[in-house]
Amino acid sequence: MTPEPPPPARVRVTSPHTGSTGVRRTRQQVTTEIDAQTELGAVFLRSLLRAQLRLALGVLALLAVLVGGLPLLFHLAPGLAATRVLGMPLAWCLLGFGVYPVLLALGWAYIRRAERNERTFTEMVRER
Amino acid sequence: MSHTAGLTAVVVVSFLTIAIGTWSLRLARTTSDFFVASRTVRPLLNASAIGGEYLSAASFLGVAGLVLAYGAEMLWYPVGWTAGYLVLMVLVAAPLRRSGAYTLPDFAQARLESRQVRGVTSLLVVGIGWLYLIPQFQGAGLTLRLATGLDARLGGLVVAVVVLASVLAGGMRSVTFAQAFQYWLKLTALLLPAVFLLLVWFGDGSPSPADAAHGALGRDGGWADPLSGHGTGQGGHPLYATYSLIVATFLGTMGLPHVAVRFYTNPDGRAARRTTLVVLGLLGLFYVLPPVYGALGRVYAADLVGAGRSDAVVLELPQRMLGGTGAELLGALLVAGAFAAFLSTSSGLTVAVAGVVSQDLVSRWLPGVTAFRVAAVIAVAFPYALAVLAADVGVATAVGLAFAVAASTFCPLLVLGIWWSRLTDVGAIAGLLVGGALSGAAVLWTFTAGPGDSWGSALLSQPAAWSVPAAFLTMVVVSRLTASRRSAHVTTFMVRLHTPEAVELDRG
Repeated sequence: MTPEPPPPARVRVTSPHTGSTGVRRTRQQVTTEIDAQTELGAVFLRSLLRAQLRLALGVLALLAVLVGGLPLLFHLAPGLAATRVLGMPLAWCLLGFGVYPVLLALGWAYIRRAERNERTFTEMVRER
Repeated sequence: MSHTAGLTAVVVVSFLTIAIGTWSLRLARTTSDFFVASRTVRPLLNASAIGGEYLSAASFLGVAGLVLAYGAEMLWYPVGWTAGYLVLMVLVAAPLRRSGAYTLPDFAQARLESRQVRGVTSLLVVGIGWLYLIPQFQGAGLTLRLATGLDARLGGLVVAVVVLASVLAGGMRSVTFAQAFQYWLKLTALLLPAVFLLLVWFGDGSPSPADAAHGALGRDGGWADPLSGHGTGQGGHPLYATYSLIVATFLGTMGLPHVAVRFYTNPDGRAARRTTLVVLGLLGLFYVLPPVYGALGRVYAADLVGAGRSDAVVLELPQRMLGGTGAELLGALLVAGAFAAFLSTSSGLTVAVAGVVSQDLVSRWLPGVTAFRVAAVIAVAFPYALAVLAADVGVATAVGLAFAVAASTFCPLLVLGIWWSRLTDVGAIAGLLVGGALSGAAVLWTFTAGPGDSWGSALLSQPAAWSVPAAFLTMVVVSRLTASRRSAHVTTFMVRLHTPEAVELDRG
């Protein structure tokens, strides 16, 4: 992602030498709309919030199924937990170390998408 | 283990902890350019610090003891303590950082603009902090008795004094470097002996722990069975107990007082997420190890269960499996790690509790620094007294209850506060009180009454599955009823929580 842009908004309005003034002016407008809590600003914010919440709930649902489903699985198929994999009961393989890479993968996938959502939002606000 | 080696390990770790706490404060000032410049190091350093503070005596000693005594069911504790960070990352990490709040009461006050909410959250921080500190003191007493022969109460006192000294010497928390060091010390202390012990085990023809036919559970005790129902004390309702434990640990992590503060040290919301991902990796790496000790203990030290000393299995294994100077050294390393685990967590908690006590209570009568010192003494003395008086319910069980209370109070507050703009101050207070009272009553019951087989006892010893939904429901319903009390600046605050720092906005 781009590093935090250091110049505060006022400075940019008076500095004429990068980009077109047209883009600059609309960018200013959208952020101001969000600041001023207009209907349009609220729409922008709501779209980001909804996208992030949907993503979060999706990851949590996956977590609930993949990890949270294990006790139910062991309950419904009592023989399964004791099945030996490489000499170890399956339940031990899964709970002892199998779960951790899954958690890591879920976290990694979440970050990629959350940052993409934020990038989309940033671009939308800037380019409109 | 000889008392000399154990004593040396304890003294060295105590000295290093206090020394790094004081010295790296100066070091950090002069080398701050180095840390700020190398941003690539930052998530790893920060994540190590979070891991160092988070991995407590319950993780280092308690998990292995539980696995030894009760088997596969107990593997849910480390899994839940790690998965809690995934839930935290997904729901809380970036917005909490962007809120600019340093502690949970700060967040509550900023979001709901109410002094009353701040008061209730402060009380809860103190309550959860103490509940978490009690098993730390008990675990430390156990470690010291084993390592040096000191009486457990006296050992707890020694430890309380060391914690107090290190907190007053400069506050370990303020020094990311000191906490990061603690993580790697703990990992090494558990990893190195495990390698040697596993070699011995292979040399013995790798007898399967699942087939070891002795111990508390008898011949067919179902030690390898993940739903045996022995561990949670709920013979009849293992599925309920397991799911309730999952709810408590998955949702409780975000509400622990010493966890939330760590997110402030991230430069921005994006870094907060990335740090949490590294934390997931570091915790996963660490939590593979304690069950190894528990399983080896099943083969080599099963008598500890009958003697009621299963929490000591990590410390006793080298002596039983190796013998000689090697065992002495590895044993000393484990004592050092256990002691570090205890010190870092209790220091972090002490600072969190003392901060709240001094800010919201003592500072009315005393000036700043004195207030913090007095508060620190209160923050340590009270849980120490309780640790001596309260029944020893097992390190990990007591920590599990702290998670249940955190999940029933701060989890709804954070999740609804961040994602639902209609939350009101009255709704938040009502939910915190309901969740706190329900889970708190269950905790009191567990500490005073024994385990049983009835549904009532199952529900009370693992309260999260019903107390968390009750708290959520109360917050939502009461907020709906008091919609007129919605905070005036909630939209501005929500914008600040959710927009990336790259967008220039008025952030209040």
